[in-house]
Amino acid sequence: MRKCYFDHAATNPLHPQVFDAMIPFLKEDFGNPMSVYDLGIRAKMAIENARTQVASLINAKPSEIIFTSSGAEANNFALRGIALARQNEGKHIIVSKMEHHSILNSARFLEKMGFAVTYLPVDKYGLIDPDIVKKSITKETTLISIIHASSEVGIIEPIKEIAMVAKEKGIIFHTDAVAAAGNISVDVKELNVDLLSMAAHQFYGPKGAGALYVREGLRIVPLIYGGIQENGRRAGTENVPAIVGMGKAAELAKAELSARMGSVKKLRDRLVDGILKVENVYLTGHPTDRLPGHASFCVEYIEGEAMLLLLAARGIYSASGSACSSKALKASPVLLAMGIPASLAQGSIVFTLGTDNSDDDIKYLLNEFLQVITRLREISPYAKGWGVWRKVDNVFRKSNGPFYKPQECW
Amino acid sequence: MYSEKVMDHFTNPRNVGEMPDADGVGTEGNPTCGDVMKISIKVKDGRIVDAKFKTFGCGAAIAVSSMVTEMVKGKTLEEALSISKETVANELGGLPPQKMHCSNLGADALKKAIEDYKSKQM
Ligand code: FES
Repeated sequence: MRKCYFDHAATNPLHPQVFDAMIPFLKEDFGNPMSVYDLGIRAKMAIENARTQVASLINAKPSEIIFTSSGAEANNFALRGIALARQNEGKHIIVSKMEHHSILNSARFLEKMGFAVTYLPVDKYGLIDPDIVKKSITKETTLISIIHASSEVGIIEPIKEIAMVAKEKGIIFHTDAVAAAGNISVDVKELNVDLLSMAAHQFYGPKGAGALYVREGLRIVPLIYGGIQENGRRAGTENVPAIVGMGKAAELAKAELSARMGSVKKLRDRLVDGILKVENVYLTGHPTDRLPGHASFCVEYIEGEAMLLLLAARGIYSASGSACSSKALKASPVLLAMGIPASLAQGSIVFTLGTDNSDDDIKYLLNEFLQVITRLREISPYAKGWGVWRKVDNVFRKSNGPFYKPQECW
Repeated sequence: MYSEKVMDHFTNPRNVGEMPDADGVGTEGNPTCGDVMKISIKVKDGRIVDAKFKTFGCGAAIAVSSMVTEMVKGKTLEEALSISKETVANELGGLPPQKMHCSNLGADALKKAIEDYKSKQM
C-alpha cells in the first residue's frame, strides 16, 4: 500500500544528511563535552559548531542559543525563567489562546505561584490583534509570549507588530517558534524578540533536541540546576548526537528554505483547492497568512478520529483536533477560541506537508479522502439533513471558488 | 489502540442505514463530545428481526453501532434489553477506557428503540 505522511506538524522524518552527521557521535565520538582530553574536546567542538548553525538559522549570535531537550522545555524555560527572574518588577504575564500546552500549562503553573495571566482572545482566523495585546498590558506586566505559527491551524501571527508593542512598554517578549523555525524565515533581529523557542524535529532534525534563543544580556532563571553546561543556564550532560543533528538540520533548512517553502506550498495549494471542492468543508486558519505546508479543515457531519483512522488504514497519516480524537475528549481549545462551534470542530482534520511529499501523494490523498468523507457521511445521521444540525452562518458557507476567498474560512 | 474486531466493524460496518418502516427508533446523544447514534429496529412476534443504524462519532462509536445491530438480530426484546455497554465492548474484543462511553451510547440507543416500539404497541 502507498504510504503518504501528511503529519509533519507532529514530527518530521530525519534528513539523511542529518542522520549521517549524527552517527559518529553515537559511535566513536562518544566523549563527554566537559572532559578535557581530545575525546571531550571533539564533542565540545561539535556542540559549538551546532550552536553556530542554529544561531545562523535565526540570525542570532551563537552565545544566545541555549540547547534544550525539546521545544516544550524551551517554552517552559522561557515562561518560568523570565517570570521568576522579574517577579520583583511585576507578576503579570500575557499569553494567547493559540498557545501550545507547554506554554498554557506553564502559565497555569505560574498562576498557582501567584502570578496573574491574561489569555488573549483571537478572531475567526486565529489571528491575535496587536491592539488587544497593548490594551491587556498593566503596570505589573513583565512578559508577553505569543506563538509564532500554529501547528493546528497554520496561522502565522503578526509577531513583529506584537514585539513592537512589548518593546514600547519595556516588556520582555517571547515567541514559541517551534512550528515556524526552519519552515519559514525567522529572524530574531528583524522580529525584535527577546526569546524564541524552536525544536529540531520540526525541520527534519532529531527528536530530543530543542533550543531557546535568549537575547544577549537578558537574565533568566534556570529550570535545571547542576553543572556549568550551557553557561550554567541548563545543566546536564549534553545530548551530543541530537545537538549535532539539530545543527546540521538548521544548516540545511537555511540553505534550502526558499526552495522547500516553494515546493510544499505548491502541493499544499493543490490539496486545499481539491478538498474545498467537497461540499460543506471549511478551511480553518487564515487563507494566506499560514505555514506553507499547512492545510487544515473542518468537514461537516462527520467526526475527525473516524476520518483520521480510515485514512490511516489507506496509508495516509493526518491529525485532528476533534474531541473524540483527544485523550481528554475535549475539542481543541484553539478551534473553540476561533469561534468554531463544537459540532463543527468534531470534523477537524489537519494535513501538514513536507519535502518528502509528491504530486502523486496529493492525487492519492484527494482521491482517498473523498471516498472516506463520502463513506462516513453515509453512516452519519446528519448528512441527509436529519436532526438538528447547526445552521452555518451564510458568511461562512463555502462556495466552490478559489482558496483565497475569506468567507471560506473560519 | 483499537482491537482487530473494532477496526473490522469500524471499517466495514454492518447494517448502516435508515429504516422507513421501522417499528422502533432510538437516538442517543453523547454529552461528552456531542456525538449521536440512531438505531432503528423491526420487530416480529416479540423478536427483533432487523436493525439499522446511523452514527456521527468516532471509530469506536461506529464499531459499537455496527456490533449492537448485529447482536440484537433474532433476540427477543427481553434478551435485547440485557445488552449493556460491557457486553458490547466484550463482543468487540474490548475498548480503550476513554471509549467506554461510546459503548454506552449504543446500549442506550437500543433501549430507546425498544421503548419506542413498546410505547407504540400500547
Ligand atoms: S463518539 Fe466521541 S469518543 Fe466515541
